[in-house]
This record gives sequence, C-alpha cells and structure tokens, in this order.
Amino acid sequence: MYEVRFHGRGGQGSVMAGAMLATAMVEEGKYAVSIPSFGFERRGAPVVSFLRVSDKEIRQLTNIYSPDCIICVDPSLFRTVDIFAGLKDGGTLVQATHLPLDAMKIPDTVGTVGLCNAVPIAMEIFKRPITNTLMLGAFARTTGMVSLDSLRRALEESDFRDAGLKQNLLALERGYEETVVHQLNRRVAA
Amino acid sequence: MTTATLETPREAAAKQKVILCEGNEAAALAVALARPDMVAVYPITPQSSLVEHVAKLIADGKMDADIVDAEGEHSVLSVLQGGALAGARTYTATCGPGLAFMFEPYFRTSGMRLPIVMTIVTRDGITPQSVWGGHQDAMTVREVGWVQMYCETVQEVLDTTIMAFKVAEHHDVMLPVNICLDGNYLSYGASRVELPDQAEVDAFLGDKFVNWHVALDPQRPMAVDPLTGGSGGKGPSTFVRYRKGQCKGMQNALRVIEEVHEEWAQRFGRSFAPLVEEYRLDDAEFAIMTLGSMTGAAKDAIDEAREAGKKVGLIKIKTFSPFPVEALVRSLAKVRALGVVDRSVGFRWNCGPMFQETLGALYRLGRHVPAMSFIGGLAGADLTIPHFHRVIDATEALLQGGPVPTEPVWLNERD
Repeated sequence: MYEVRFHGRGGQGSVMAGAMLATAMVEEGKYAVSIPSFGFERRGAPVVSFLRVSDKEIRQLTNIYSPDCIICVDPSLFRTVDIFAGLKDGGTLVQATHLPLDAMKIPDTVGTVGLCNAVPIAMEIFKRPITNTLMLGAFARTTGMVSLDSLRRALEESDFRDAGLKQNLLALERGYEETVVHQLNRRVAA
Repeated sequence: MTTATLETPREAAAKQKVILCEGNEAAALAVALARPDMVAVYPITPQSSLVEHVAKLIADGKMDADIVDAEGEHSVLSVLQGGALAGARTYTATCGPGLAFMFEPYFRTSGMRLPIVMTIVTRDGITPQSVWGGHQDAMTVREVGWVQMYCETVQEVLDTTIMAFKVAEHHDVMLPVNICLDGNYLSYGASRVELPDQAEVDAFLGDKFVNWHVALDPQRPMAVDPLTGGSGGKGPSTFVRYRKGQCKGMQNALRVIEEVHEEWAQRFGRSFAPLVEEYRLDDAEFAIMTLGSMTGAAKDAIDEAREAGKKVGLIKIKTFSPFPVEALVRSLAKVRALGVVDRSVGFRWNCGPMFQETLGALYRLGRHVPAMSFIGGLAGADLTIPHFHRVIDATEALLQGGPVPTEPVWLNERD
C-alpha cells in the first residue's frame, strides 16, 4: 500500500489531480482509491485529497494520516498548513516552489524531495497558476511510481473545465522535465 | 430454461470495461444502464454530482430519459409518481434536508406500491448545520415502507443500483427502493470499477413492470389512492389490506433480494451478500457489526486483530429495510458478545438505531448475548482502523461477563 496526500488551494485542481493519478494507476493494472477532503471548498482556501494505491483490493475508505508521499501543488501553503503532518520516515515531498532546496525548511522525516518551479510554467501555458497536471509530472519524475504514458491516458479521459487537454498534456511533460530530485540522507547519517 | 441462454460469468466479465469513478458517478452510470423513462432531480450536497452526471448523460444523448428539473424535492417525487402511474420506469436521488422536504410523497410512494428507485446519498441530520455524510437521514425514514440497501464500495453502488430496479419491479414486491450510498466517503471516493455491458443489463432487467396494479390510463380507468379507513363500512378492512400487503411485499423482498443478487453473480461474476454478510465469523467468539462504507476499514481491523490472536468476526448488514431478522439471527447464533457500530443516533433509546434493531433480533435468538452500542462517523467524521480496534477490544471485554454498558460509546468524541 502506497499513500499520497495532496495539498493545494481551491481552484488549483488538487482534488482532480488525485483522481487523475488514480486513473493512471488503474491504467497500470493497480488498485487505486482517491478520496477528496470534504468541506466548503472555495478558491484559494487550503484543500486536501488522498490517494491509496495497491496491488491488492483496497478496502478502507478513510482519510490518510501517515502518507508515504506529499504532493503540494501550491508554493505558499506551507506557511499556513502543516503539510508534513504524519509523513512516514524517509517519505517523499513533491513541492511546487521557486526556492532551491537549501532555502527550504524540510523536516527530518523527508527522504526524497522533488522540486518544480510550477507557477511560472503554469502562467506560460494556462495564463493562470493551475499547477495540478504539472505536479503530476513532477510526481512521476520524483517517484517513478507511474509512467508518463499512463498519466497521458488519464488526462485524455478527464473532463477539463478550465483549460484544454493539449495544454494539460504539455504541462504534464514540462512538470516531468523541469523537476529536480534530491535524495536526503540526514536521518540515516544522524 | 432461461439459464440456457446465459453467458458464463467469464464471457460476461470480458465485456466489462474497467474505469475509475466516484460513487455518485457510478450511480449515474448504473441508472443510465437501467434505462429509466423519466428522472426528476433537485441537487443537494452530497448528492449534487450524482444528478449532475445524470443530467449530463441525458444532455450528451447517452441516456434516453425525460428529465424534470423540479422546484423542490416534494415535486421531484410527486412528478415521478405521475410518471410511474403512467407506466414509466423512474429514478431520483436526494439526501438530508431534501429527503425531509420529500416526506409526504415519500410515504405515499410505498402505500401506492410504486416501484420508484431513489438513491439516498446519506447525510447527517441538521441542526447543528452540517453538509457531511452520516446515516441519520436514511435511518429517520426506515419505517416508511421503502426497501433500503446500504452499499460498502463504489462497485457495489453501481451493481446495486441496477439490481434495485429488478427488486422494485418484482411482482411479489412492487415497492420503492432506496440505495443508500454514504455521503462523502462513497459519493466522492473514486475507485476502480467494472462497468457492465448494456446488452447484458438489458437482458438482466427484462421488460419494465411498473403500473399493472395501479395506473393513470384512459384504457383502464380506476380510482387511484381512494379515501379509505375510518371505522365503518369497508374502511377498516380495506385499510388493513393495504398495510398487510405492504408488509407482505417487504417480507417477499427479503427472498427477492437474495434471488436478484444470485442472478447478478451468475451473469456478471460479482457477488455481494444480499442481506447479511459474515466476515471471518465461523470460528469467532465475538463479533462487531457494521453498515455501509465503514465496513472496509473494519475488515482490515479484524484481520489485524486475528493476527493478534483475537477470535473476532464481522457481521455487515446490507439490507436494512426490511430488517433481515432470520439471516441476522443465524449469524448472531455464532457469537457470545457483540459490538454494533452505527453512523447515526437513536435519540429515544440512547444508542445507535442498528443496535436497537439488533436487540430485537437477539430476542428471537433466545439466548443472552451481551451487546454494546458504538456511535461514530457522524457528519463526515472518519471511522478508521484504530477506531475499530477500540470497538473490538471493548466488545472482547464483554466475554468476561460483568456489567454491560447501557450508554453508547461515541467513537469520535476525542478526535
């Protein structure tokens, strides 16, 4: 079982990203369950969604409290939300940010970091800071858990309200290409 | 023999498409496969995306049904009654406050024996204000003569929604059916499902069978829902005939639900316990009882508790109305202690409603089984594996004898 928690703001498509990643996982023959958080989601307000992936049928339909991976599609969210809560030891962070790794406060539980400066790319492609499909590319690059081909097919099956499929496919590619992956060994060293 | 024309499950399964969808979308796709003639809708959280999917399927020409965008839920169900009396296969969905607003025609639907199918995307009661899931709405109307089946997974939502039409329109039932789909965790939870083939579903459902007994039809003039009752003339006996007929239809539904699930398994290769499911119960000393989407986490907790040497099993109710007393008694006969988890509140007895109903079944069993009520998952609260470990441990303690708690345990009180 592999558990992912998405953090974003209402309007950036993090809930939809969870469903698209689940679709891609199902494309690869895995079982996947995506559960959005429930509230009055508004544009700009912090939102969370959850994704479980497994080779076996997934029975529990619950939120995720100890994720293996955190995907944060918004660069400023960490200032208001503890995005690292419950992250497993050696877990993965996939973060939209313009900051270099050494300018970021990363807790000791994090083992792998994938950084993508997603907002300027989104402004280029969509003229709006919609970073969800970019960060799916970043996730694929950082973890190798899913292929770009499966993600492309998942995007093709999705119903985009705010942008076209072509733009989103381009965002996916650029997210993959322009992500820098760092392996951290601090905890092991200590 | 009809069975001679059946394809093997393997052949039928091969035609099924695997997709990822949320519970609300699965329900909408199932409704499209059941080919209703008419749907009426009024959106309300967390049901909204279900009827939006239905409206889109119709707008895109993927579903050939009249859709009525009514001004409120009272009209939604009243419109469908007219449709059903004219012979239409009909469908709607609602929840919480919408169901409350629908109550008058809701009562009338079962009295007129109209086989309308309606999803309740279950939502907790207001007030306090809340838009999240819980079984309070469906539980509140459990005594109104509708069949009510609760689903555990998105796949079960899809399959049960199609089966519901067959149960409702069965000659020996002729009752409205609710599919209860947990708001939030099932309505928005997306998972991998197999989508049955249209021709297979057509063959499974057969011709619709809606208004042979009561109709608005110039060719068959009749009094529909005439004034009856009172204490004179034919009033009392006529009224009793109506009510006894409804009760008989409910009892027949227990048998028909089993038959329909059996046929579904043969045709589509997927089987679900129709009334009561037992999980690791055969060699269990005690059991916990669940309803709806909480069951998955409960089963995971049972597996972990078994690893730790606890002899615990699980009983899940699918068909809550009519209450499956006989099937439940067979399961209860296997255990010496019981913990019942409800996602709603029974205000009168200070316990969960399913717990209260189970006490009635325990009387039929005729042996004292110490039992405890647990209430959790209200208004969208999460019921996780650790919550179920608390249920398992507290229930296990009942095996030692001693006093049985008379107060419910509120599982999310300290979350």
